[in-house]
Amino acid sequence: MRWMDRLRRACVTLFRRGSETQRLDAEMRFHLEQEINERVARGASPEDARKAAMREFGNPTLLRDEARRSWSWAWLETMARDVRFGTRALMRSPGFTVTSIAVMALCIGATTCLFTVLRAVLLEPLPFRDPDKLVMVYEHFQNNLSENPYNPVASGDFYEWKAKTHGFEDMAAWQSWSFNVSDDQGKLPEVAEAAAGSWNLFRLLGVAPVHGRDFTEDEDRVGRAPVAMLTWSLFQRRFGGDTSIVGKQVYLDAKPYTIVGVLPAWFAYPNARVQLWVPYASVKTAQSIHWPDNHDSNVVARMKPDVSLQTAISEVSALQYRIHMENLTQPVTEDALARPMIDDVVDGVKTPLLVMMGAVGCMLLIGCLNVSNLLVARGAARQKEMAIRGALGAGRLALLREQMTETMILCVCGGALGLLLAVTGARWLMLHWHGLPRAESVHIDGVVVLFAAGVVCLTAILAGLLPALSATNRSVLGSLQDSARAVSGGVSKARLRKVLLMAEIALTVVLLLASGLLLKSFIRLRTTDLGCTSENVLTMGYSLPRSEYSKPEQKVAFSEALLERVRRLPGVRAAGLGTVVPGAGWGGDRVFLIPGHPSDAQHSPDAVQRWVDPGYFNALQIPLISGRLFDNHDRLDHSNYVIISKELAQRYFPGEDPLHKSIVMGTNPTSKKDTYEIVGVVGDTLYRVGQHVKATAYFPMLSGNPDFRRATLVVRTDGDPLQFAIPLQKEIGALDPQLPVVDVLTIPQIVGESTENQSFTASLVLAFAVLSLLLAGVGLYGVLSYLVTQRLTEIGIRIALGAQRSQVLGLVLRDGMRPVVVGMAVGVGGGIAVASLIRSLLYGTNTVDPVVFAGMISMLLVVAAVASAAPAWRASSVEPMQALRTE
Amino acid sequence: MGKPNDLVQGTLGLLILKTLSLEPKHGWAIAKRIQQISNEVLQVQQGSLYPALQRLEQQGWIRSKWGETETGRQARFYSLTAAGKAQLEKERKEWNRLSAAIDLVVES
Repeated sequence: MRWMDRLRRACVTLFRRGSETQRLDAEMRFHLEQEINERVARGASPEDARKAAMREFGNPTLLRDEARRSWSWAWLETMARDVRFGTRALMRSPGFTVTSIAVMALCIGATTCLFTVLRAVLLEPLPFRDPDKLVMVYEHFQNNLSENPYNPVASGDFYEWKAKTHGFEDMAAWQSWSFNVSDDQGKLPEVAEAAAGSWNLFRLLGVAPVHGRDFTEDEDRVGRAPVAMLTWSLFQRRFGGDTSIVGKQVYLDAKPYTIVGVLPAWFAYPNARVQLWVPYASVKTAQSIHWPDNHDSNVVARMKPDVSLQTAISEVSALQYRIHMENLTQPVTEDALARPMIDDVVDGVKTPLLVMMGAVGCMLLIGCLNVSNLLVARGAARQKEMAIRGALGAGRLALLREQMTETMILCVCGGALGLLLAVTGARWLMLHWHGLPRAESVHIDGVVVLFAAGVVCLTAILAGLLPALSATNRSVLGSLQDSARAVSGGVSKARLRKVLLMAEIALTVVLLLASGLLLKSFIRLRTTDLGCTSENVLTMGYSLPRSEYSKPEQKVAFSEALLERVRRLPGVRAAGLGTVVPGAGWGGDRVFLIPGHPSDAQHSPDAVQRWVDPGYFNALQIPLISGRLFDNHDRLDHSNYVIISKELAQRYFPGEDPLHKSIVMGTNPTSKKDTYEIVGVVGDTLYRVGQHVKATAYFPMLSGNPDFRRATLVVRTDGDPLQFAIPLQKEIGALDPQLPVVDVLTIPQIVGESTENQSFTASLVLAFAVLSLLLAGVGLYGVLSYLVTQRLTEIGIRIALGAQRSQVLGLVLRDGMRPVVVGMAVGVGGGIAVASLIRSLLYGTNTVDPVVFAGMISMLLVVAAVASAAPAWRASSVEPMQALRTE
Repeated sequence: MGKPNDLVQGTLGLLILKTLSLEPKHGWAIAKRIQQISNEVLQVQQGSLYPALQRLEQQGWIRSKWGETETGRQARFYSLTAAGKAQLEKERKEWNRLSAAIDLVVES
């Protein structure tokens, strides 16, 4: 029970130390009284007895302190005293305190905020069962040497893999889809992003529906009664969380689907935009489900506990090679690849997030250096105080501890404010960064708080230790002498400050350069010429449900009626229809053959496919280079014409005139249906900003071809195109009130959506860089002001002896600019190294971009000049008599 | 009547534990007792008793509570805990070993 006694004592001495001290005093008093009484009883006079007793006893105060020290809380008492002293000292210089706390709050807050996001997105395991065992399997063309070797999987290949390989515990596939959702009367139509997943997907992931059940194997076959699962958000939003909806029907593309289950609220795979799930086979046809070359699906696999990924994937690869050899005339891949599922989910934001984390780390370091600098200045001002206290017997350790406590107070206050900042910042990022995967899992918890505490300790050590050491290591005599004749004192401290400043400048330059490059790359992206006009164009998507528009004539009639109505609207300059507009994405490609050209199945020509109406090119102002555009006669059975892009012409018809030649889509050279005559060549467009130009083939939309589902209405208007959104929507509603529209966007909005990651990276890194520049400027100003104050007498003497004011100005400026120039040289070196690290994020921008480098360096120089101008000016306007009289 | 020396200081804990092993005592009584038993040779600086008592209590070897002296005064009485008894045994053995060794060296 000894430990219980000890614990009890520890508690008593901690929480009731006041009464314990009183008790000790009472005991000692009693002791003395007893002693005095005894002596009096032996015959001594009371006065003598008291003196003798006191002599015997010793110094009660000292003994009491000694006794108290044996309580195990001495350190706490010392700390409380240090904190009290520290707070008092900080209160005396509110300017310094507020500045340092603000700097620390900003730096710690930004670091914690990014860590919160980074941890949720990159570090936390996926919310599935045994997530380490989950991998994504892809196909791979061996001649694909690009940055992204991962090719989506064809459903035919997936089913072969699943049936014939045994290295994985299980494999599941899913593909993106979209539906017009409505109720049974066709009311409340909306377009919902959806996904089609194989029946075992949810079991493989370890996700159980909260209501109802998931798909059965039998439901996941072509031609079965259609079923659907709702995600939590659609369940809450559209069905009010009414659990009786399970078993009832929802109309998808005007076809009734039975709702079999509801997914849990946390389930947001592949992303939070997906609203509902249908079985994988339900979006396939009896033929297409076996195609080995229609790369449209993602495959998730779970590794067996005793089979390595290497072994498992090589089995799939071998099988894929066999499929390839059996289908030599088709573009079937030769190989399969796998990567962890988490890498797949965070693909595209991993590098940006790491870059931002790096930037914020740099800013934190700069903040520390800045506070460190301020502390050195403070230390210099308190040199005499330190010396006197040292002379009075304060140990160096005690002084050091006191100084560190002060820094710690600053950092803890800063950290607390920073944590608040981090909470706000993380929430803001989560709401505004739409491209961020797993944003829903961003949250502040114990780990984040612990991280913030760690950063606080780190900053305290970084910022405080050096100044504290330098402030306390002066010999007493030296210090006192130094301040007695302060003519040009504090040389070593000035050197320390200059070194700190240099490091600060170097880091700032690195940040500035990185942000400059990212910004330039971002601007290049945003101002990329898509190949079409980007002004005054509104696009609006819709998909005609197959069940109601099954015949080509119905589709064509709808398209023509819509265009006619839209073109009649006042303010509409041109209108057209297309499947996917420039910048809005890949939209599907297909290989083709050119009769008369040697064919090589391995390198068969390949083009992105678009269906457009005759007015499309005019509406988007895509230039016609040769031949003709479509006209209203290119329709239905009379529509085997194709317009090709310049890239396609140059790439596959080098040195020939492609007009009136024909191409055969697909791999069957004798297919009449797939043979198209080239009637025109148009300018290139980009399918997505930041990507290379891709050969594109345009087919007449008025063919009524069933190969496309989504159509986009493109309208060029007078004035602000967004004002036409409602009138256009009304025209569509007038034709078919059950048809919802989606993605009502201008071209700049389309570009903006696809450059969101870059936008966040560039603007956040720039913000950090600007803050760092500000900090560096303040740091420089501080150092120079300090130097000038230190050298006031010296400057006074110089001026008295006849130095010109311009010379003094130059002297101070030179002093200030030297660390700036050295820091800049170091920083440029670091900047070049960092630039090559972030090369993958740069679009159309050289890693050593002269404009960026020159711009950023001159920006820094301007800030440095401004920061040093004020102290230099003050130095040059010193009145010699006054300067000599001070001190 | 020598001054309290370092050896005694170092063994103050042992002296207190031994003194308390007979019956609970208050501080002054402990001091008197040590003085008496040692025929006034070991004269503890009386005040230094209190830090030592605090230390022992902190270690869990003794505990204290208020009580009344023969003269009817309130005083703090210290008594040995079970752990304290064990500690006393340990320290006594240690002391015996040490003093025997010193004897050997000094008397040889």
